[in-house]
Amino acid sequence: MQPANLFFLILALIFTAYVLGYFRSKALARPLGGVRHLKSLPGYYAVRAALWCGIPALIILVLWASFENQIIQMLVLGTLAPEIVPASPGEASLLMSQINNIASGALSSGSVDASLVNAAELLTNLRQNSNTYMTMLVLSIAVLAGFVGWYRIQPKLNAREQVEIILRWFFFSCAAVAIMTTVGIVFSVFFETVRFFGMVSFTDFFFGTSWSPQVALRADQVGSGGAFGMIPLFTGTLLISAIALLVAVPVGLFSAIYLSEYANKHVRSVVKPLLELLAGVPTVVYGFFAALTVAPFIANFAQTLGMNASSQSALAAGLVMGIMIIPFVSSLSDDVINAVPQSLRDGSLALGSTQSETMKKVIFPAALPGIMGGILLAASRAIGETMIVVMAAGLAANLTANPLQSVTTVTVQIVTLLIGDQEFDSPKTLAAFALGAMLFIVTLLLNVIALKIVRKYREQYD
Amino acid sequence: MNMNDTLISEPLEPQEMSTPVNRPVEDAGAQSAKVEEGKTVGKPFADDPKFKLRNVEVFYGQERAIKNVSLDIGRNEVIAFIGPSGCGKSTFLRCLNRMNDSIDICRVKGQLMLDDEDIYHSKKDVVELRARVGMVFQKPNPFPKSIYDNVAYGPRIHGLANRKSELDDIVEDSLRKAGLWNEAKDRLHSIATGMSGGQQQRLCIARAIAVSPEVVLMDEPCSALDPIATAKVEELISELSESYTIIIVTHSMQQAARVSSRTAYFHLGHLVEVNETSKVFTSPEHELTESYITGRFG
Repeated sequence: MQPANLFFLILALIFTAYVLGYFRSKALARPLGGVRHLKSLPGYYAVRAALWCGIPALIILVLWASFENQIIQMLVLGTLAPEIVPASPGEASLLMSQINNIASGALSSGSVDASLVNAAELLTNLRQNSNTYMTMLVLSIAVLAGFVGWYRIQPKLNAREQVEIILRWFFFSCAAVAIMTTVGIVFSVFFETVRFFGMVSFTDFFFGTSWSPQVALRADQVGSGGAFGMIPLFTGTLLISAIALLVAVPVGLFSAIYLSEYANKHVRSVVKPLLELLAGVPTVVYGFFAALTVAPFIANFAQTLGMNASSQSALAAGLVMGIMIIPFVSSLSDDVINAVPQSLRDGSLALGSTQSETMKKVIFPAALPGIMGGILLAASRAIGETMIVVMAAGLAANLTANPLQSVTTVTVQIVTLLIGDQEFDSPKTLAAFALGAMLFIVTLLLNVIALKIVRKYREQYD
Repeated sequence: MNMNDTLISEPLEPQEMSTPVNRPVEDAGAQSAKVEEGKTVGKPFADDPKFKLRNVEVFYGQERAIKNVSLDIGRNEVIAFIGPSGCGKSTFLRCLNRMNDSIDICRVKGQLMLDDEDIYHSKKDVVELRARVGMVFQKPNPFPKSIYDNVAYGPRIHGLANRKSELDDIVEDSLRKAGLWNEAKDRLHSIATGMSGGQQQRLCIARAIAVSPEVVLMDEPCSALDPIATAKVEELISELSESYTIIIVTHSMQQAARVSSRTAYFHLGHLVEVNETSKVFTSPEHELTESYITGRFG
């Protein structure tokens, strides 16, 4: 049986265990004089029976499905004669795919070694048997454990407590999944980065001012050197993010102040969702708005002022990106400003200060940690944004602080490096991981700094 | 002619006219008593008052929370507003520095004069009014700043000090008047929200008097405090009464008896009785007042 079908079968069994457990506990309660004489409510007994049925079976299913291939490969390769057993893992996987092909009939068995044909037969065998074994094992565990869970329902059993413990572990494992995923990503990026630095020197990467990730396909190719200096990319990212924040922070913050302090209920109920709608527009739509409307407008405008602007500019991308991240600033700031207690407002107003004085001197300082959080979220969004930059700022890695020039960013370069055919031993591909690692570190630092600012402020005032 | 005069001369909406003046209250004895709208027993009026309030009505949307109240508040007197919960005494108090403005649905009608100036005149500067009529709230609400900054907040806004030393003097003087100087002088620059509740409330009083108001409104200033802190605040009120007009809303009749010279009894939006405090508590003229102070309801 396919694992997916098996999964649904187990779900059906879990439901059955739930229903049976419910009725058993009801039946046990009846002679005692009602549900109140049970240690827990019938629902808890039912959930407990269902969990007994489901959890061991599902764990076995997941383990089996994830390690099946490795174990089969080990068994198959183990049967081969010692002289053709491959030494390196790369060759092993090559050999394995050859066996695979024989097994599936893609490679005619006449043209290859007899031992490989045998191995292919074993492989087919193991695959089929493994499936049967897994189905049998999982189903029997589900039924058996479900029965035990059902049978052990007793009036004195504290099912409520047990369900509580299981749920606690369940929630813990959900949290663990998120953390482990992050750790996994960090490690995979880290190892590829180390490989990259085996090919390109630290100083070239960190202090190089030229970015041209070309790798020669032939030895005599023109421009085969390739340059991996990250400085133009990071200045590009910085330039565009700075422009975006220059737009988003004042507009977002002041609109949040308007919404929370000045606007009446009706205006607020209309304007706030509209502002939040900005976050829902797909970035690619922002991208073509930037590329087709804003960028040409800026180029024309600069020309009338006698300045030279390229048709794709950092300014266009930054402005549109700024519009995009306004809701991050405004919505979060609005929430924290609203959370400042009314008593502080009253206290300030009763002393004869105006609304804006109250805002500036009382509400804003009290809300600052939350506002910082919103700005930080907006900043990391700006740094990570790719689509708008690809479309509106271009791909040319110019090292410039002129917002009218075309620039490129770290994320855009990661995309272009990884599009198309890849070879994982070329610095061109690995550079993407190095850039990703740098981006990760920068964002992390940004978070740490903001946290420090927030904490320092809190010590002073809270 | 004043704008507000025209407002109150408008006929009231019929449904409000027909509202029974005396809604059922908890006690049968009180139920039999009647309040006649706009008729206040005792001595509501004074010569040369600080506040001259005539035919004041406050609406929350359609609901009439204050019903035709007329009252004078004298200079440098302490007047206590008492009455059962929801009788409108806090609402009435908040009219006196227009703190009701921030409530969208709240409308105030009638004539409210502070030293012959109409508080609710359309050209009246609310900021200036609130600088003259300070307020202390039910729950201590110090700003999350240092003790010094809390007291200096008002003087800074109104530009009362030209130099740092002048500001220092104002802060010290206000804290002394609030009886907090000895406790606070060594930690002027530590955070105000770290103080005890009673200290915080006295800080709020210091903050209010730092802008040299003429009147201080107190909305149940001791209801969140323990008895010792309450005693300190009450002592403070007595001292402040020498230089300020103080209007205090309280649920505690003992407190009203201890600190005030006059007492006003509110009932369901009506001002039932105003008189010298000793008179109100020993020989109330109105049946409702008597029921309330003898604890039959409220």
